[in-house]
Amino acid sequence: MITGIPFEILFAIGFVILAPFIGAFIVGIDRKVTARMQGRVGPPVLQPLYDIFKLFEKEKVVVTNEVNFYILSHLIFVVFTGALFFSGGDILLVIFALTLAHVFLILGAYAAVSPYSHVGAGRELLQLMAVEPMLIIAAAGFYMVTESFAVKDIVLSPGLPVMTIPLIFVGIVFVLTIKLRKSPFDLATSHHAHQELVKGLTTEFAGPTLGMVEIAHLYETVFLLGIVWLFFASASMPWIGVLAVIIVYFLEILVDNTTTRVRWQVMLRSAWLVALVAGAVNLGVLALM
Amino acid sequence: MSYITKSPWVIHYDGSSCNGCDIEVLACLTPLYDLERFGIVNTGNPKHADVFLITGGINEQSRAVVKNTYDQMPDPKVVVAVGICAATGGVFRECYNIMGGVNEVIPVDVYVPGCAARPESIIDGVVRALGILEEKRAKMAENGGDKK
Repeated sequence: MITGIPFEILFAIGFVILAPFIGAFIVGIDRKVTARMQGRVGPPVLQPLYDIFKLFEKEKVVVTNEVNFYILSHLIFVVFTGALFFSGGDILLVIFALTLAHVFLILGAYAAVSPYSHVGAGRELLQLMAVEPMLIIAAAGFYMVTESFAVKDIVLSPGLPVMTIPLIFVGIVFVLTIKLRKSPFDLATSHHAHQELVKGLTTEFAGPTLGMVEIAHLYETVFLLGIVWLFFASASMPWIGVLAVIIVYFLEILVDNTTTRVRWQVMLRSAWLVALVAGAVNLGVLALM
Repeated sequence: MSYITKSPWVIHYDGSSCNGCDIEVLACLTPLYDLERFGIVNTGNPKHADVFLITGGINEQSRAVVKNTYDQMPDPKVVVAVGICAATGGVFRECYNIMGGVNEVIPVDVYVPGCAARPESIIDGVVRALGILEEKRAKMAENGGDKK
């Protein structure tokens, strides 16, 4: 019997075990839909899993040993972030853990001595700067709606949070493009085709090291879509959130395929502008109500 | 169980090609041939690549680049020489600056003939290279992760 184990721990364990497979399925569907949008057949849906298994079959080549330490820390903290979120933990702590995870990734890229990797790491820092204000505003928004920072209380609170904080939801969807490393904001690294940065942040990671970065990305994708779900969180009707996640992710794929990459100045300005306008207006209205 | 044949990532380098074979390599990625069906991705980064596609003969300037790119690729890896120039130097063979085919610098696993090599034969060459890639992986696994 599992009655003795609290639901929080069950959800955390469930996330740690299932998230890579759900994430791989989502990314696989993403690649398939992308291919269809371009008039191609596209790879099998399980391709992301094949890629990761392959990376662990390759030779362990690493520029400096610190890289492996930083990348493993990145993976551990991304898993921690998601587990904390899905176990109903404090959303502020979740956001800070995610930031720490990305700091480890950036340190890993800086530790690998290469100009491409360094430029990629610099751009990842800018992406972090662009995203952070909106995430904090979202946490504040959730608090003003439900009077709690705990994800568990937000889910159990009556009504859909998105009805009260619609502008913050728009802002989160905007920065989601940056977080998911999708065009027009795939500055630090690019999933498809070689770019002027070779592979940016991940240029110097090979074999199992790159495999760990890819696994972390799968965990992060599931976690980020979890945040989208939280806006539609309702204990009685969880499928509304799932529907919203599917629509949002489809829009992300559409944007990914129809836009070209922007310069970092445009990304930073637009992300902060959206955070300022959408976030401040929504929070201001809530404070006055 | 091997996954390397299901997800071969390719790096393409132009030794000193006339650009004919390069266009055909890129044609393989277009909707008509769609190499991504087989999980093949054009990476442009030697550290992520499993298959090294080279077009054109090797000249004095590209020699060091080809050697360097090959050395940066983690094992197991295969080299596919695309087009007659990459095989022997082709019509440029007698030029003062051409050293000859790719095998003058690095070991080649598969030669794809043609001038220019057709996309169908390039895909065929890469698929044949996957068999060799799998052999190399099995050999590596036997030796506990060490090459040869």
